[in-house]
Amino acid sequence: MVLPSPATTSRRPVAAPVLSLRAAAVRFGDRTLWDGLDLDVAPGEFVAVLGPNGSGKTTLIRVLLGLLPLSAGEVRVGGTTPRRGNPTIGYVPQQKALDPDLPLRGRDLVGLGLDGHRLGLGLAGRRQRRTRVDAALAAVGGTGYADAPVGRLSGGEQQRLRVAQALVGDPAVLLCDEPLLSLDLAHQRTVTQLIDARRRSAGTAVLFVTHEINPVLPLVDRVLYLVDGRFRIGPPHEVMTSAVLSELYRTEVDVLRVRDRLVVIGADGSGAHCHGEEPA
Amino acid sequence: MIDRLFTLDGIGQLLGLPFVQSALLACAVLGLVAGALAPLIVSRGMAFAVHGTAELAFTGGAAALLAGVSVGLGAVAGAVVAGLVFGVLGLRQRERDSVIGVVLAFGLGLGVLLLALYSGRASNKFGLLTGSIVSVDSTNLVVLAVVAALVLGTLAVLYRPLLFASTDPDVALARGVPVRLLSLVFAVLIALTTALAVPIVGAIMVLAVMIAPGAAAARVTANPVLATVLAIAFAELALLGGTVLSLAPGLPVSGYVAAIAFLCYVGCRGVARLRRT
Repeated sequence: MVLPSPATTSRRPVAAPVLSLRAAAVRFGDRTLWDGLDLDVAPGEFVAVLGPNGSGKTTLIRVLLGLLPLSAGEVRVGGTTPRRGNPTIGYVPQQKALDPDLPLRGRDLVGLGLDGHRLGLGLAGRRQRRTRVDAALAAVGGTGYADAPVGRLSGGEQQRLRVAQALVGDPAVLLCDEPLLSLDLAHQRTVTQLIDARRRSAGTAVLFVTHEINPVLPLVDRVLYLVDGRFRIGPPHEVMTSAVLSELYRTEVDVLRVRDRLVVIGADGSGAHCHGEEPA
Repeated sequence: MIDRLFTLDGIGQLLGLPFVQSALLACAVLGLVAGALAPLIVSRGMAFAVHGTAELAFTGGAAALLAGVSVGLGAVAGAVVAGLVFGVLGLRQRERDSVIGVVLAFGLGLGVLLLALYSGRASNKFGLLTGSIVSVDSTNLVVLAVVAALVLGTLAVLYRPLLFASTDPDVALARGVPVRLLSLVFAVLIALTTALAVPIVGAIMVLAVMIAPGAAAARVTANPVLATVLAIAFAELALLGGTVLSLAPGLPVSGYVAAIAFLCYVGCRGVARLRRT
């Protein structure tokens, strides 16, 4: 059974890819995380990376950030081999608790995304820096708490600042590593909408690692689903099916469509893993 | 008793003495360096590491005393070794704390043993633990100034990556900041500053100038630059004020320095509380 496409139309890459992997493999000792991975991501494309824990989703991000070399194959980001501190990449991490007394304001967090890797005190060009930070803050609606200590903000406010921090440098590629984890439904929606707006207005390619596809399902052009070294790439309606996931997991997996959401039953070997579960 | 603790009798005359002026100058330099590092130390949660480093500076100083070489150099050597050990062995905070606890106890025990073997003046021994301003002479002052310039210069060049790595290590790493290398560099900066502080305020009171000012500043502002300025101001107030107050009674500097630093911290907590209500 082929499910009706949840995305309106899947846009195939037409422009030159900003991110590409060719026969890429990562091995740790004799354990192969994935092998023979080919992926091209076009400007403005939204690719969700799904899979159980330990399937190498975060490892893929580390490869693209230049923190981990490939064991085989080729990878290019923004036309070059990945290197540490590539300015064409923005990175949004998981929300995590920050010390409430950390001496850092929202605007400092965003500013560090712009020039935190630079040497020197950065006294020259401070006005221009402030303009860019203010614009990035305004774009995520974070102006109101820009001067508050980051550790005292809510998880949703912190993740908005994270999006601003990732986008302030005007990246061509946005790498998101579970940015919605521990956020409530409303904040999940805000964060995904901010990312979606950016890729539409600036053509930023988005690689979005998540264990939960539903919050991003309407935005996703293609899915990269990784399980135990096996993977499948394609539009959600082609990958998120009982047949494909059963093949990937090598066990019987059912994908049910409930209104505009997908419920996956039987993945992860738990028998009741549910993609549809969302925090109350 | 109170009269003995708080007196300014003959303070004018005392302030004119060359050794007092050297001491004040040393305190001013130390306050600048310690205050500049303090907010980053607080951000990294490294209070215990600073304490451990100070105890190892004491061990190094004691070894130097016994060997008959410069106590200051011994303190620097001990502190740098400690800083590197803490930096290499424990980058994660929980592991780091156990490493520090183990090394600190060993270093302190070794230092006590070395001092027991030393047969020279008793004030030299006591000075390492509780500090003494007479220990600052003109050669020490030159060493102090050179080391301070080195620390401040390094801090100026690495300030933004250090702030990034100290407050937001995951994203800093993703942005290409060499987080591990910086934590080693920072451990050495702490070690050098601690070694400067040990002869003045004593090994057991180093936290009063290296943690308290930063912790106090962090209570009242989240602006990293303002926090640094405030921390420097608190450190100067504690060190210079403590030195002046200790002169007439002729008591150890460290008690006064620690008391002022503590009052700064309590005051900042009070201000923070008032602001929130």
